[in-house]
Amino acid sequence: MERKTKVIAGEGSQEIWITREFDLPLNLLFKAYAEPGIVEQWMGTKVLKLENRRHGGYQFETSDAQGNVVFRANGTIHEFDPDRKITRTFEMENTPFPVQLEFLEFEKITEETSRLNMQIVYKSVALRDQMLRLPFAQGINMAHNRLQEVVNKLK
Amino acid sequence: MNLRRDVFQAIADPTRRAILLLVASHSMTAGAIASHFETARPTVSKHLQILTECELLEPEQNGREIYYHFNPKKIKEIADFIEPFLKLWDDRFNKLEAIMKKYPR
Repeated sequence: MERKTKVIAGEGSQEIWITREFDLPLNLLFKAYAEPGIVEQWMGTKVLKLENRRHGGYQFETSDAQGNVVFRANGTIHEFDPDRKITRTFEMENTPFPVQLEFLEFEKITEETSRLNMQIVYKSVALRDQMLRLPFAQGINMAHNRLQEVVNKLK
Repeated sequence: MNLRRDVFQAIADPTRRAILLLVASHSMTAGAIASHFETARPTVSKHLQILTECELLEPEQNGREIYYHFNPKKIKEIADFIEPFLKLWDDRFNKLEAIMKKYPR
């Protein structure tokens, strides 16, 4: 299956480029980033704060089924240019990972299609590589946890 | 104690990547591999050892010679490591697209 999303992570680089074409008009694609209620739906996280303006801040929080906070992230918005771009920082709270810089560029392809180019810049090459492998590592952890749950039920 | 080798560490070295490309075309002896590099023979041997330890190469004794074969399965593992990252974003964006398609215009 061909994925619509492309990830470019050049070797020895501090960046990751993520690009995606959407079957959506540009304004609807941008709205998905600007409206807290919509962000919550597709990101699967609670939006505690989203100030869409220069020097505004945002904060996301995700809880597990028991209501424990498992993830919290925040950042500062540097540029907010509707239907064009968002420049912001992103920081995961309570993790050793330093802040990263994100450049989001929204472009119109046709009246009904649009593209998002996202450039993420990390503090170092090593950190970039680590972040790239994080979902891979988390996948392994989740498999272990599921296994643990199954084993616990057997007890 | 022999430290467990990491595949990513193994392919981080440009000489080792060149060796992999070489052996991927056809199986070769250590001598044949070394002849492609200016590096000293023991250095190439060390690289071969590391690549063998993480199963990127498979040595096969053939009479007096050891032939090194390329292990495509292990290389696929490396290609796959970026897959969960890609899937995470692709799933997210698929969801965004599905939600916005239903959004009243």
